[in-house]
Amino acid sequence: MPPVSDLPPVSPAVSVTGLVKQFGRFAALRGVSAEFAPGRLYAILGDNGAGKTTLLRAMAGLTPPTRGSIAMLGTTNLRSVCGQLGYMAHPSLLYDEMSGMENLGYFARLYDVSNKDQRCADVIRAVKLDPSLTRPVGQYSQGMRQRMSLARALLNDPKILLLDEPFSNVDVRSAREMVSLLRGLRDAGKTIFVVTHQASLLEGAADEFIWMEAGQIVSRTPDLHTTLETQ
Amino acid sequence: MSTVASLARATLAKDLRLEWRSKDAINSMLFFSLLVVVIFSFSFDPTAEESRRIAGGLVWVAFLFAAVVALNQTWAREMRNQVLDAYRVSPAPPNALFLAKVIGNFIFVTVLQALMTPLFIVFYNLRALGPAYQLPIVAALGTWALVVNGTFFAAMSLRTRSREIMLPLLLFPISIPALLAMVEATGAILTGEFSARFWIVLLAAYDLVFTIASLFLFGFVLQAE
Repeated sequence: MPPVSDLPPVSPAVSVTGLVKQFGRFAALRGVSAEFAPGRLYAILGDNGAGKTTLLRAMAGLTPPTRGSIAMLGTTNLRSVCGQLGYMAHPSLLYDEMSGMENLGYFARLYDVSNKDQRCADVIRAVKLDPSLTRPVGQYSQGMRQRMSLARALLNDPKILLLDEPFSNVDVRSAREMVSLLRGLRDAGKTIFVVTHQASLLEGAADEFIWMEAGQIVSRTPDLHTTLETQ
Repeated sequence: MSTVASLARATLAKDLRLEWRSKDAINSMLFFSLLVVVIFSFSFDPTAEESRRIAGGLVWVAFLFAAVVALNQTWAREMRNQVLDAYRVSPAPPNALFLAKVIGNFIFVTVLQALMTPLFIVFYNLRALGPAYQLPIVAALGTWALVVNGTFFAAMSLRTRSREIMLPLLLFPISIPALLAMVEATGAILTGEFSARFWIVLLAAYDLVFTIASLFLFGFVLQAE
């Protein structure tokens, strides 16, 4: 086995350089620079208004930065890699009038997923929901909707997962199941970013805890307690 | 191109399914058009000849305002739960979404026209003295002109605070040439006093120019913050 210094350097899955995002006079991101290695689970923490969601939306290509750049999977052309991203937002990004399978069937078409019915049923089962459920998503409980939203993000088997508050309004048992699913995905080589206020759920699962404050990353540690103690 | 067509088909099928279940657009359009027909028929009692002269304007006013209702609904549906973001992060081309929305709105307004035309004929005692076969052509071209611009400007005004007001403000001025052509062509066919050919050609050219321009520009509108 070669010594660690002789191993080829792993190119980052995501690289953010001098990222600034301003909404009028308010700067949501103030020069964020960071590199994120592939196959790791990152928990992004911070108070409300710290810039967590804006950072995630910028990485998803939904919010163009005012200054700075983002490279995903080695390219700054985010549009060219959007097929390899999975994005889950705070709202469900689902049509309330359609069932889970109908919703996912439509999004599978957008991603040109092969064998789509099978794939939709698989991801629905992966989040512990029933694919045969015919009732519209609008009649789901909030927790079920969150899980279906995660299923939608997993549909295209993305290399990078961007999850904004995936555990909000989810009961503790379901949240733990979601964490265990995320851990499995990370072990399968996916790079996962989770913005959350329920950091304790990711203790033992996340590889790094990133603390954001006033639009900047102020600490990155592998241990949640160290992160919380330094704040 | 085949990707655009197949994704537009999938999006159209999804939109028709949503409309079939909610009936948001068609109900409000029908209600609005019915009001126009009934109120105008109560307001004045025209002779058959007068009816033919004013019907072009009347019919298109009803359809134009009803179409605005449908156009607002189309995008409001995508803004609920921010579903539009799911489309924006996908590799699907923006053109496919635009095309599906335009065709969907065209279907809704055409259904409305099919339901309302018999009422217009009865209430206003209408009968075409010119070549009646041109009426469906004018209806199709005119409707396309309304929905292609309307869908584009409704998307543009999506993120504005008062989008219900913004849409007519943007749409009506730019639709004036098309509206003029629709009204004149319909009047010409109903009265038989002059040929509608010039207005039909103008409408077709208008449709072509604005369809191509909207298809090119929609990507910028969709990705705008």
